[in-house]
Formats: sequence, structure tokens, C-alpha cells
Amino acid sequence: MSKFSFGKYLLPLYTALALLFLLIPIAYTFVFSFNDSVKSNIVWRGFTLDNWTTVCRAQGVCESFVNSIIVGVTATLLATAIGTAMAIALVRYRFKFRSGTNLLLFLPMATPEIVMGAGLAAQFLSFGTQKGLGTIIIAHTLFCLSFVVVTVKARVASLDPALEEAGRDLYGSPAQVFWRITFPLLLPGIMAAALLSFALSFDDFIITYFNSGSVYTFPKYVYITAARGIPAQANVIASAVFIFAILLVVTTQVASSRKAKKLAQPIS
Amino acid sequence: MAFAAFANTAEAVDVPKKKSKIALVLLAPGLAYLALFFLTPLISLIITSLQAPDIFGDIGDYVYAFQWQNYVTVINEYGVQFMRSFVYALIATLAALLVSYPIAYFIGVTARKWPVIQGLALILVIAPFFISFLLRTLAWKQLFSDNSPTITFLKSISLLAPDAQFQGSNFAVIFGLTYNFIPFMVLPIYTSLERLDLRLLEAGSDLYAKPSTSFWKITVPLSMPGVVSGVLLTFIPASGDFINASSEFLGGPGTQMVGNAIQSNFLVLNDYPAAAALSIMLMAVILIIVSVYVKRSGTEDLL
Repeated sequence: MSKFSFGKYLLPLYTALALLFLLIPIAYTFVFSFNDSVKSNIVWRGFTLDNWTTVCRAQGVCESFVNSIIVGVTATLLATAIGTAMAIALVRYRFKFRSGTNLLLFLPMATPEIVMGAGLAAQFLSFGTQKGLGTIIIAHTLFCLSFVVVTVKARVASLDPALEEAGRDLYGSPAQVFWRITFPLLLPGIMAAALLSFALSFDDFIITYFNSGSVYTFPKYVYITAARGIPAQANVIASAVFIFAILLVVTTQVASSRKAKKLAQPIS
Repeated sequence: MAFAAFANTAEAVDVPKKKSKIALVLLAPGLAYLALFFLTPLISLIITSLQAPDIFGDIGDYVYAFQWQNYVTVINEYGVQFMRSFVYALIATLAALLVSYPIAYFIGVTARKWPVIQGLALILVIAPFFISFLLRTLAWKQLFSDNSPTITFLKSISLLAPDAQFQGSNFAVIFGLTYNFIPFMVLPIYTSLERLDLRLLEAGSDLYAKPSTSFWKITVPLSMPGVVSGVLLTFIPASGDFINASSEFLGGPGTQMVGNAIQSNFLVLNDYPAAAALSIMLMAVILIIVSVYVKRSGTEDLL
């Protein structure tokens, strides 16, 4: 087929090069986590494992990492719970202010982060709210919420209402029907939304910077130390998180494709 | 996937919808949250943008005064940065689109025959999400710093002028923005192309269409929802970004964007009214651009 001749060699080659390009900074960060650096981690001075064994020795890096985890987990739980409820309501029920609700959910995605960050900061300022972990969590929950609703909505829409009807026909209480039927069927969508929320929260810098006060998250730590040289330990943490996340993605992919194969096999 | 956020909304399945009080209970927490932490802050921002310095207070104290001249002041002072943000964001968005479309096409269409390669390529596209974008941006800065092997080499073969500098140039900031948003462009386009029915292309070639005609008349229109959402996911954050343009990362004094002006006014100079006025203007311009763009590209139902 002639129409695929471009696709045969040039396109795969291009894609391979483009993906390689995407990976260069990741490789750089990983390699420099092994740099035998003194103060700033800019010039290559030789291979060492020390940075990996003394991660927390660089002042503040582990605290900021722990803060990022706390914020990520809390904001993810909040956004997923609130967002899932909204997604179910939007797909299943009819109500008056539906288009208003949709617009209200779309707007945060169309607002640049810096505007949301400055807005929240202005509000905290006028209410005299002390900035800290709490205000960071509030901000992160906000920008995760819309993404959760969009993700879960797609899953709710693909759910067959007959299954829940069957549950009710068999005298299941509304709570039983929800927890035994609806929730398990929605779970993959909810999990995807939660993972996305956590990833968004963990890597967020701009909103965090406006609403964190004196508290450091990991990206803020990188930003602040960038002025005077980032310790190699920051590269260690970033690399470790990266490896963990990639392993997680690969194993879930392999597991789900195995499951799909199993389900595809004819019952003997 | 939620990266198709802007593209997906149109295809909700028709479920018999009933009226119920339950809907209110389910919506109440979310609506309250958005009202309290999204709408109210926007109103706070508008109020702040109209404040004047408090004559009786300390530096950094402001009172409401309906001082609309704040807007005139910031336009005079930061008009250049404001325009620059949109020019940078526009170029970066176009560049990211050009780089990303073939990648998305390969993963979504060409690689269908090889599921393993498809899965691997997808993982590589999302891989940058798992490592701090600040560190990735710094990596480029260091790879292209004045004494780096890359730059020395390019200078030695005269591809670069001897006094050329990467950091602080327009090119560096646009390069950084493009790099940062490529995954956000690839994923939605991939989601659209993955659903593309190849029989349509066959039908095209049966009707003696050249491959290029089929591509422009069939593939591209069918991938438009992905392109629109990729463009929005890139353009909006890119125009409000201040990392790439900041002097500690890829920028310099001549590359400051509106984000840098907002950031320094709010967090360094404590000039909250100026920062608020700039934010409101940024949001207004973006909302106008987005609604015009969405209308033009015929994907209105996503609103």
C-alpha cells in the first residue's frame, strides 16, 4: 500500500527521535543524581552513590517531599470524593442549573494557573488566612476537581443503568445498590481520576508558590534552590519518584492486558 | 483519558434522566467549593485590582478606592510583557502542534499493528509527567549553558555565532514552553486519532483520492476535537507561565512574560493591585481568545 510508505520508515524514525528528545532532560536529571557534586550540581565531577544513600542530608529536601505527599494525598481524596459525586449527578439527573454547573467546571480549566493562584492569595490576604499546608491543599483540590469530574463522567456515562435497576428489583437498598454495584463499576474511572489528581498536585508549582507561605513542597524547593544551585539529592528524589511511577504504569498496563487476554479466552 | 478533557464532553450517552433531590445533595459540596474557592477569589481579585495604597497604613496595605487607573498604569508599564506572553504562547503552541501531530499519528494509527510499541511509545510520551517540570527545564538550561559541550561544539562548527547565548534569548523561552507542553498536545490528538476508522481512508483511496487528499479531507477533520483540546491545554498554561521566562531558568531581562510581572508584583513588591489588574486582564483576554477559537473550530458543544 503506497499510502503507508511514509509511515513505514520516516514516521517511526521521526517518532523515535522525538521521544528521545522528550527523554533528554529526564536522563540528564537521572545522571546528575550520581554526580559527586560539592555545592551546586552543575559540573560533572565523577560518579558516586552517596547522594542516594544520604538523600535527607540536603537541608529541607525530604521535608518538602513529605509535604508534597501529604498535600497530594489529601487534595486527591477531597477532589475525587467531591468530583465523583458531581459527575454522577451530571450524568444521571436532570436539574435546572445544569449548563451553569458545566460552565463553572469548565472555567477553572480555562483559567491560567497564575490567575487562580493570585486570586486565592488575594482572598486569603483579605480574610487574613495564614498560608500553609491547609491553603496549599485548598488550592490543589480546586484545580484537580474539574479534571476528576471530566474523567469520572465518561465512566458514569458508559455505565448500564439496567444493572442498578436489577439491584433495586432484588430489594437492594439505595446504599447497597451504590456500594455493591455502582461504586465497583465506577472504580476504574475513579482510580484514573485519583492518579491524575495526584500527578497534577505533585508537580504543581505556580498555584503552590502563591499560596504556600513559608511551607515548601518539592517543586517549590527546586525553584527556590535553583537560584543558588540545586543539591544532587533533589535529583535523587525526582529520579526515584520517576522510576516508581514508570514501574507502576508498566505493571498496571501489563496486568490489564493479561486480564483482557484471559477474558478473551473461550470458556472450555 | 482526562487529557481529552476538552474533547470528550460531547459524547455523553443518553441515559433516562430523572429529577431528584439526590442531585442537589451530590452537587452541593462541589458547587459550594467552586463558589468559595474559585468564584469568590475572582471577585477578590477584581476588588483588589481597584485598590489604592492606604495613606495611614504600612507599605503593602491597600484600601478599596475604585482606582480603575490601576489598569492604565499596568498597561503602560507591562504592555510589552503582556503582548510578549501571547506571542510566545502562540509560537510555542504552533511548534508543539507541528512536533506532536506526527507523534500522535504514529502512536494512534501506524502503531495499531504493534500493540507493544504502541504501549511503550505512550508510556514514553507521559514519562515527562513523572519528573518535576522545573528540573527538566533546568536540565535544558544546563545542557545549553555557555560552557556546555553542546554549545561549544555548535560554536566550533560555526553553526552558532561565537557570542551567541541560549539562556535569556526569545528562542530559549519558546523552546522551553514548546518542550514542556508537547505531551499535553500529543495525548488529546492521540485519543482522537486512535478512534479513527481506517476504512474511511480505504474508502478515500477507492475513490482515487491521493493519500495527501485523504489525510487533509478525512484524517485531519476527524482529529480536530483532539487538536482543539491540545491547543487549549498548551496555549492557556503557556501564556500564564513564568518559569521558562524567569532569569533562573531559561529567560533573561528581555524575555519577561506577564506571569513574571504578576509574580513579582504580588510576591516581591507586594503591589497587589497591579498584580490583580494584570491577572484580570490576562484571564479576560484568554477567555475571549478561547471562546472565539472554540466557536471558529466548530466544537462549541464542549462548553
